Amino acid sequence: MGRKLLLEHINVPGINTFQVYKEKGGYRAVEKALKTMSSDDMVEEVKKSGLRGRGGAGFPTGMKWSFLAKPEGVPRYLVCNADESEPGTFKDRYLMTHIPHALIEGMIVGSYALGANTSYIYVRGEMMPQIRILEKAIAEAKAAGFLGKNILGSGYDLEIYVQPGGGAYICGEETALLESLEGKRGNPRIKPPFPAIAGLYGCPTVVNNVESIAATVPIVNEGGEEYAKIGIGRSTGTKLISASGNINKPGVYEIELGLSVEDFIYSDEYCGGIANGKRLKAVVAGGSSVPILPANLILNLANGDKRLMSYESLSEGGFATGTMLGSGGFVVLDEDQCIVRNTWNFSRFYHHESCGQCSPCREGTGWMEKVLHRLEYGHGKMSDIDLLVDVSKKIEGNTICPLGDAAAWPVASAIRHFRDEFEWHVKEPKLALEKNYGLAHYADPIKVAEEVSVN
Amino acid sequence: MLRVEEVQSVEFSSALILKFDEIVSRYPEGKSKSALLPILHEVQAVYGWLSSAAMDKVAEYLQIQSIEVYEVATFYTMFFLKPQGKFVLEVCRTGPCCLVGAEKIMDYIGDKLGVKEGEVTADGLFSYRGVECLAACGYAPVLQIGPEYTFYENLTPESVDQLIENLKNK
Repeated sequence: MGRKLLLEHINVPGINTFQVYKEKGGYRAVEKALKTMSSDDMVEEVKKSGLRGRGGAGFPTGMKWSFLAKPEGVPRYLVCNADESEPGTFKDRYLMTHIPHALIEGMIVGSYALGANTSYIYVRGEMMPQIRILEKAIAEAKAAGFLGKNILGSGYDLEIYVQPGGGAYICGEETALLESLEGKRGNPRIKPPFPAIAGLYGCPTVVNNVESIAATVPIVNEGGEEYAKIGIGRSTGTKLISASGNINKPGVYEIELGLSVEDFIYSDEYCGGIANGKRLKAVVAGGSSVPILPANLILNLANGDKRLMSYESLSEGGFATGTMLGSGGFVVLDEDQCIVRNTWNFSRFYHHESCGQCSPCREGTGWMEKVLHRLEYGHGKMSDIDLLVDVSKKIEGNTICPLGDAAAWPVASAIRHFRDEFEWHVKEPKLALEKNYGLAHYADPIKVAEEVSVN
Repeated sequence: MLRVEEVQSVEFSSALILKFDEIVSRYPEGKSKSALLPILHEVQAVYGWLSSAAMDKVAEYLQIQSIEVYEVATFYTMFFLKPQGKFVLEVCRTGPCCLVGAEKIMDYIGDKLGVKEGEVTADGLFSYRGVECLAACGYAPVLQIGPEYTFYENLTPESVDQLIENLKNK
């Protein structure tokens, strides 16, 4: 049984309320921070903890905090990125729904560490129920004196506001999020300057994921060094993993980093094995943007050791044989799933969600989707497969923000590991249609193709 | 080309204006444009969609150009620029949901309502559409219904039947 830092009290009735959360030890971190620690102490503790950004990028949180510019007379901001919309990832929704005060407490200690007096939680607009939950939690914390003027008599003032997004995946990118928070289209900004220098309203700003902010609470409570003892190597602490797809027990799990992938998939404590007695075919381990891996590579490293749920182990071998921990969105595909269809589905997502600012992404994501579409619907050519690889290479690294890479990697990795399946779709389009759509369409493959326009 | 359906005029209620004022108070002085997305959500919750007249009125309130409102409203998928059914069933159709049958649920809803994606039923009650990842992959297939964005998880044809019956009686 792994140690739980964020979800320890998840099953306690009423843990979503201030009263029960506090009875279970909540808001100790605020009292400790404001009464005994300086801002510099706080940053130092988070550095010692080794905490890495839980939104997907994995950048050291303490280092990010230490970059914050502190010019005189200029406000600073902490902005929480709760725009969770990476396919496969649903941990932040879970945390905000069930333990909203874990985020509010983290926002208070984080804001104090950064010297921010106004902070925003940018929540994707579709999460309106979670927005209401957070607003209630903020009101409760304020009524108890943990927000507002002169918190706990410390002289520190803080207001937290919740901002709804409008349904755009790109707003999960930190500079696009800031643009959106300023009331504009969510077009990513060119970096530098980084938000730490010029962020919200041109002021120094830190943008952190929900889980990263919540994780600062146990770090303050127990100390950075204690936190760093959990996990493995440079993958310290615990991580929320959102597990979905063809497994017996989909859901959000808190794991100690370093657990084996095999144990995570097959043990009853976590995913409980593959649903319906099927065999494992592939896994997208860190949200849809990371490379997909076939069963043998997700379970084992090249040297035969077990692959572990950690930043380093999942990425071992680079993109040739590895992937990324990313956001912890763990999507499991069983033996019946069609890789071409799954890749097309993800590709459609990235085409839909490209903000259109950079040509390689705007044009390339649409191009990839269309080619995958015709492969899926029985009109593909063998040359399409290399065309997809070529287009993905031309998008990767050539855009302002990482959405281009996110769109390219699933396609490139699917072809790298499952090329024979793409070729089968070209050679046997009728059989592929029958597999994915049933016998009715086997008789008339053109009918399927006409259901969605193919360009 | 911007496609915004026209209506003659819109007058916001004093209660709605008070809500706008509260929203604007969340931001520093001179940064009231930050209130645009929350205000558009409030307007859509009242009217069901965003007409050009409503967006012009929002621009007037925030003292910004109408085009600044249009460019935001057209960028974000949550904002409707034409009338919808009273209940818009938004079904997640992205990867993990599709692994467990989201597309079949979409087909089922279309057949049951007798309309295609994006169309409104004759009684004006329902429309449906596929949307990209709703971040609820562990409870798939899922759909949401605004303006509160109530969530319905682990959908089956039977649960969809029940849901639609309940909404008809609402």
